[in-house]
Amino acid sequence: MRRGELRARDLVESCLGRTASLDGVLGCFLTLDGDRALERAALIDEELARARRQSAGVGETGAHPSAPAARPDPSAGGHGILAGIPYACKDNMCTRGVTTTCGSRILEGYVPPYDATVVEQLTGTGAILLGKTNMDEFAMGSSGENSAFFPTRNPHDTTRVPGGSSSGSAAAVAAGLVPFALGSDTGGSVRQPASFCGVVGFKPTYGRVSRYGLVAFASSLDQIGPLTLTVADCALVMEVMAGHDPRDATSAQVPVPQYTAVLGRDVRGLRLGVPREYMGEGIEPGVREAVRAALGALADLGCAVEECSLPHTDYALAVYYLVAPAEASSNLARYDGVRYGLRVEGGDITAMYSRTRRRGFGPEVRRRIMLGTYALSAGYYDAYYLKAQKVRTLVRRDFEQAFARYDLLVAPTSPTVAFRLGERTDDPLSMYMADVCTIPVNLAGIPAISIPCGQSEGLPVGLQIMGPPFAEGLILQAAWAFEQATGGAPWRQEVTP
Amino acid sequence: MSELSGGGRESGVPAGWEAVIGLEVHVELATASKMFCPCPTRFGAPPNGQVCPVCLGLPGVLPVPNRQAVELAVKAALALNCRVATYSKFDRKNYFYPDMPKNYQISQYDLPLAGDGYLEIPAAEGSRKIRIRRLHLEEDTGKSMHAADDIVTARYSLVDFNRAGIPLAEIVSEPDLSTPEEARLYLEKLKAIMQYCGVSDCRMEEGSLRCDINVSVRRPGERAGTRTEVKNVNSFRAVERALAYEIWRQVQLLEAGGEVEQETRHWDEGAGRTRTLRTKEYAHDYRYFPDPDLPPLVLDPTWIEEVRRSLPELPDARRERYVRELGLPPYDAAVITASRGLAEFFEEAVSAYPQPKAVSNWVMGEVRRYLNEHGLEPEDIPVRPGHLAELLRMVERGTINTRVAKQVFGVMCETGRPAAEIVREKGLEQVSDEAFIDRAVEEAVAGNPAVVADYRKGKEKALGFLVGQVMKATRGKANPQMVNRLLRDRLGPPGPA
Repeated sequence: MRRGELRARDLVESCLGRTASLDGVLGCFLTLDGDRALERAALIDEELARARRQSAGVGETGAHPSAPAARPDPSAGGHGILAGIPYACKDNMCTRGVTTTCGSRILEGYVPPYDATVVEQLTGTGAILLGKTNMDEFAMGSSGENSAFFPTRNPHDTTRVPGGSSSGSAAAVAAGLVPFALGSDTGGSVRQPASFCGVVGFKPTYGRVSRYGLVAFASSLDQIGPLTLTVADCALVMEVMAGHDPRDATSAQVPVPQYTAVLGRDVRGLRLGVPREYMGEGIEPGVREAVRAALGALADLGCAVEECSLPHTDYALAVYYLVAPAEASSNLARYDGVRYGLRVEGGDITAMYSRTRRRGFGPEVRRRIMLGTYALSAGYYDAYYLKAQKVRTLVRRDFEQAFARYDLLVAPTSPTVAFRLGERTDDPLSMYMADVCTIPVNLAGIPAISIPCGQSEGLPVGLQIMGPPFAEGLILQAAWAFEQATGGAPWRQEVTP
Repeated sequence: MSELSGGGRESGVPAGWEAVIGLEVHVELATASKMFCPCPTRFGAPPNGQVCPVCLGLPGVLPVPNRQAVELAVKAALALNCRVATYSKFDRKNYFYPDMPKNYQISQYDLPLAGDGYLEIPAAEGSRKIRIRRLHLEEDTGKSMHAADDIVTARYSLVDFNRAGIPLAEIVSEPDLSTPEEARLYLEKLKAIMQYCGVSDCRMEEGSLRCDINVSVRRPGERAGTRTEVKNVNSFRAVERALAYEIWRQVQLLEAGGEVEQETRHWDEGAGRTRTLRTKEYAHDYRYFPDPDLPPLVLDPTWIEEVRRSLPELPDARRERYVRELGLPPYDAAVITASRGLAEFFEEAVSAYPQPKAVSNWVMGEVRRYLNEHGLEPEDIPVRPGHLAELLRMVERGTINTRVAKQVFGVMCETGRPAAEIVREKGLEQVSDEAFIDRAVEEAVAGNPAVVADYRKGKEKALGFLVGQVMKATRGKANPQMVNRLLRDRLGPPGPA
């Protein structure tokens, strides 16, 4: 694009074209912002062309080679590293002037007056927002079926779910509708759909990426992460998004390394732990086999692979289903019909509140609000919420102890491959099991990636690589090495519809 | 500051009963911006004129604590002899209220910023310590305005969020107060301390100092009875009246064999009574839990010491200094130091006119009278201290007499102009021309034979009337001492000649 061989406009048009032909079936997008994306693409093309003319001119006049480049136009972002690259954003990140619904009726038609920090960052480096992707309502769900509007389908098999809750983002990347997309990961909502859809999904360290503008589900667990086709793309997007944000008090003040620069580094001698709790009962044999094969590939690369233990893994799911609903019950209290979004009139204010919330929230959201409200109630707080926080500390300590011995931990991302639409909708508990391998990572606040590592039943299997806090670089380095080593694997050539 | 009376009617506590009173005071911190966002905190901005996505609690926003608010709260705590916690945290207080943007209020619950303090109030035996249980930080809510007299009959209501997010320090006393007067003295002292340290301007009419009252009654020696809470009592007078009413109400109930119900009540200023707001059945379960968007507040002990060193001289110290160094009577010193504005005005005037008692007389008399008549705070004294000093010098030099000076002071208040200018312009200089005054004396004696006869019969008071006549004839400008002397010369001593 910089050389002028490809125009941003063409790229955006091609993405929009592919979306037009495929999204009717897939249901990835809740909002498409095609006109504005095209406008922005035209601006960026102009700017890139101007920059090319200028650098050519500079050469002719023999100016000093280190002369500063033309000042970038912040509105276009043509000089940024993502100049002209279209992307999609999960519908729980605020986009100024573009509808943001969180997949919920309660926010239907809501247009935020501000951009989330990540959206600002991407815009600043020239990325072009194509639209907002479908999701489980308020990011609660593991299949994409909890969207209040319509379900998303898995591009590998449209009778299957894409995973959730960043369903639309994962499916859009897998189907080639966009080169990359943003998701949010509270209990695995980036990694699990990445696993189901055969793409790369990254959940950074808690505090690594600003949460400002991410509509909160469970504040102490939420983290924004990219969904991409390759590890290199993931590193590039992470480079743009990571870093301290003064508008987020939980944002970490830790310097951001250049993630793209670590990719080629050797992984020989890396100590990898494989927690046995993630490889036993409940993990589908096909998934276990694919992960075993992946471990073999990593060993072939010179990594030391060894079984280890995270003894409190069994409690993670229970802890999550107390902490996350507790925070959600409070975070979602603001949707009451008073200030924005849906309002269902009632005789008095209390009736208006409850009618609005009953009509506006779907069953899963209501279920979790009630669960959380109960867990925080006087008389139950100590027994549930407080106890859960204590166990959460034990889960975190498991990881700390493991990372004292191992550089990284490797495990399946999901115990199964993508299941069929409707298969688990009537059984919340079996649905909750879909995140059993990813949830401990959120409780501990550590970073983890999911990368495609093989197939089972002809569907993608994801490999999860977890690291200590702020070890994003090391995770990407290992993931990249694995991706390169398996570049010729047959499942890699599989192209989606 | 009047002496404490010992029970009975005048104390506001019926004979044979004791009251147990605790106050919860909300002090608005004098910050430039709100508690968790950069919005300004100016009073009187147009409705919703100082709001942003953060204080409106829009989806996706995050709070970032205001450093200045923390510093002011620490100052307040230290000035109230509190222990400041090096580790405190922010909690969410969950309840639904139409003018609360997030439907939870960020406050501090089990680990407040400070506690274990006290302040001293004047008492019969000198002073009495009232213990402070805790001091914590929280954000204010918005304000509803109903399109009718009350929320029930209103067709619609409007909400102004300018106050939402304003930083407050909530200061909770132990139930150490036992009379309405003590409660008022406590509040006055608290206000003075807050103003002295620049923590708050404490303008009650603007809501920057608000008070909730907890009160119960008991027979001496018995355990405290059921208490009620009276919300939002917003003037010193109202605190005293509301307490007296509530104590009377509870005693009446108990003496009639009834029971006091634990409930929240509202002070109706117009009706002069309290009313039920909500009873125990509606007591809230606030479902407090640590706000996951805010890391714990960790304060450096050396920084706390720095803040301690930055504390200005507080009212008690200043009162003692006025007595010790300026020779002011304790009563005067107490009245003047009760308000930072008054004390500062006094000190500046004394530095320009070093006769403390003379200045004190004026501050306690004319200055306070003017403030009371116009409902102004001492910070709003329209006269510059230097101008008052000049006025007093003119009295001392005999340029004007005290009577005229009071007149001139009134004009100074209205116009803000210096005394000399007003005196010159209006020709108010005191006249000490003996011949001129004697002529007026002669006329007064000649014109009031009956009064003169009274005087001669021994009525000393009659002389005052004649002085008045002379002053009237000279438009108040005559030197009063001279008038007196000349009258006595002419009339001789009172009593039969």
